[in-house]
Amino acid sequence: MSDHILNLCYLVASVTFILGLKMLSAPATARKGNLVAAAGMSIAILGTIFLYRNTETGEYLHNYGWIFGGLVIGGIVGTLAARKVKMTAMPEMVSLFNGMGGACAALISLVEFNHISKEMSDHPNGELIQSLQPTILIIVLGLIIGSVSFSGSMIAWGKLNGKVKDYSFSGQNILNLFILAIALAAGAWLIVDPARGYLLYIILALALTYGILFVMPIGGADMPVVISLLNSFTGVAAAFGGFLYDNKVMLTGGILVGAAGTLLTILMCKAMNRSLINVLVGSFGGSKNAIASATGTQGHFKEISVSDAAMVMSYANKVIIVPGYGLAVAQAQHACHELEKILNDKGVEVVYAIHPVAGRMPGHMNVLLAEADVAYEKLEEMEQANEEFKTTDVVLILGANDVVNPAAKSDPSSPIYGMPILEVEQAKTVIVNKRSMKPGYAGIENELFFQPKTSMLFGDAKKVLQDLCAAVKMV
Amino acid sequence: MEHLLAFISNNQQIIYIVILMIFVGIEVIGRVPSVLHTPLMSGANAIHGVVVIGAIIVMGKAETDNFLALGLGFIAVILGTLNVVGGFVVTDRMLEMFKGKKK
Repeated sequence: MSDHILNLCYLVASVTFILGLKMLSAPATARKGNLVAAAGMSIAILGTIFLYRNTETGEYLHNYGWIFGGLVIGGIVGTLAARKVKMTAMPEMVSLFNGMGGACAALISLVEFNHISKEMSDHPNGELIQSLQPTILIIVLGLIIGSVSFSGSMIAWGKLNGKVKDYSFSGQNILNLFILAIALAAGAWLIVDPARGYLLYIILALALTYGILFVMPIGGADMPVVISLLNSFTGVAAAFGGFLYDNKVMLTGGILVGAAGTLLTILMCKAMNRSLINVLVGSFGGSKNAIASATGTQGHFKEISVSDAAMVMSYANKVIIVPGYGLAVAQAQHACHELEKILNDKGVEVVYAIHPVAGRMPGHMNVLLAEADVAYEKLEEMEQANEEFKTTDVVLILGANDVVNPAAKSDPSSPIYGMPILEVEQAKTVIVNKRSMKPGYAGIENELFFQPKTSMLFGDAKKVLQDLCAAVKMV
Repeated sequence: MEHLLAFISNNQQIIYIVILMIFVGIEVIGRVPSVLHTPLMSGANAIHGVVVIGAIIVMGKAETDNFLALGLGFIAVILGTLNVVGGFVVTDRMLEMFKGKKK
């Protein structure tokens, strides 16, 4: 009886996962979708704890103290971490949680292998070993994918919060493939000769190394794509767990995320007008020549004072604000909304132009500005904004850099060449707020800053915006 | 060859599930606007936390004197729960921000 109820729980959970993902992909239902999936997950977890029976012995699970201890610790830490994290650090958080899932899958593989290798040494006969070979294959694949996902996510996490720098050397791609090939070969050997248990730890070490080297050379600006890819890896690793225990909900959940995550990765690449291969292999680190040539063209830039900038904006008909990561770092979204309101009161039309990858994750700016109650209709997507720049008097760029770099259109040697950008240089005046002249996340110079119609307004975005608000009120 | 065919027919059900789920996964998010890429990724991230069920099974089957299995299983349960709970809470926080705009 309890088996049937458990199967029903799993069925319900699988359906909620599908529904949840479906609802998550439309703005009106997204939040509910997340809750639906979470409810399904709770049903599946509770069902497993109380109704799962060992297929061999028919026993229920034991060690409840340990299980609940783990659930409580994980639950409390997870909730606190997720609640406390700042909006700007969200992308890192997702990467971190993703790595946890990968590590979990890898640990399951380790324990299960120990379990069956004990079984094999207790009853050493060829038939048993042969019957266990498919299981070992699944364990090895789960271990490799889980470990790559774990170490890769940790590097991505470190990169996003600035602790890990891009690092690449020539022949890195070949070395990576080589490491992966050895790991797979060791896996094959282990399946043929399961007595060599130490191979499993070699595979673990190689897979962890591969994950690190795989993410290391990829530029910080491409991290969202990488996290999304690692996300789908973890999904596949979870699905291998489903194979292992013949557990349908792990299987459906894992494969679902694996497939959806892969598609999402491709969609993100498309939003940046790049192919996945280009992101993974043609990493930013490989284009040092372009950086060198771009720095050579550095010219003079013009500075503007807050009061002058306020003047220019107050007398404009139309102002477009281009937010970027700098706005997020400075937590300046409220000040930004304030400026928008003051300018509106003066009869100036203000809209926001949102580049699909502004900030460090797609949708980052929308989330941030929505937090400050900026009306949804004021946020314009790239295509729409690009048509309006011609009729715009002032463009105010707040801590965005690469997404407005004209080199993406004009300089084929630039690492961001081909990425669609906001064509701000078509407006009459461009005011750029940055903390300094340092290049942006992709590490390349931006010739926009040296154009005659551009003026620089240095300082922390929040402080500058507050000063601007005060100055505009005075005009 | 016979081995392979036998494997396929013995595991028919699972193979059907895998293939159908791949298509469902792709279809279901096919038309997501770019604004929702991040929350969707985060939500999917929480869903693959279903791997915690494997960790619970490992833990619950381990003999009470097998400390390696208990220790690793315990860590796996913690990490898996972090993935699930953290994932859903972060996603909810992101989407909470979107809600404000409709008022």
